[in-house]
Amino acid sequence: MATVELTFTALPAHVRTARLVATAIARRTGVAEAILDEVRLAVGEACSRAVEAHRLHCPGEPVRIELRDDAGRFEVTVTDAAPGDDVMPQVLEANGSLMPEIDNLGIAVIAGLADDVEVLPGPKGMRIRMSWPASANGVAAF
Amino acid sequence: MDLKLDHHSEDNLTIVDVEGEIDVYTAPRLRELLIDLVNKGNFHLLVNMEKVDFLDSTGLGVLVGGLKRVRAHDGSLELVCTQERILKIFRITGLTKVFGIYASVEEAKEAHGRDK
Repeated sequence: MATVELTFTALPAHVRTARLVATAIARRTGVAEAILDEVRLAVGEACSRAVEAHRLHCPGEPVRIELRDDAGRFEVTVTDAAPGDDVMPQVLEANGSLMPEIDNLGIAVIAGLADDVEVLPGPKGMRIRMSWPASANGVAAF
Repeated sequence: MDLKLDHHSEDNLTIVDVEGEIDVYTAPRLRELLIDLVNKGNFHLLVNMEKVDFLDSTGLGVLVGGLKRVRAHDGSLELVCTQERILKIFRITGLTKVFGIYASVEEAKEAHGRDK
């Protein structure tokens, strides 16, 4: 069972909330302060990608994030419900077209930040699972 | 923290001061400012990121988009950044080779003056 499960409406404004929750849980799970910034950024990238996927394909469906303390690892899973794997955080041009120069940057950043990453098909869309080392008994145990 | 944007011109250089978080929610505001500056003929931009708390790939995309626009006018878009947490994302993505990154506004202005 996940330590914390969070679902949120697929709006860009909520990605910051997800980042803050993930950072707080990571700290309590015992992730070293030095890598909390990496957790924050990687979770933000995964959630941004999921939000953009939902906005394109299923804006009414919530994005799901699970944060888990798993035997000395802090594990985060971001699950979207959008079909297709062609979505990444994008910025629209003034005329509404997508800027082409940043394809797949978000996934590249996640891969560079988390030392264990899996991108898997989810029940409906995609699931990104990432993990980092945490202390065996975490700050929350004190 | 939300995003605060300001800008002013010194000689031939437009300095854009950015403060706060640049992410999928706030990046469109930075993009609009950069587009507006270029549309008004400001082709040499220096983005001061010393007060940026957070930058993700959406923000990187906006900066790359800005760079493309100024280069179309033989301009430049360079950055001021010394924060390791921000520099790291430029390194991961290889964008340290694309952007001129300086330690201070003064250093960037000197380099810009030499290049003129």
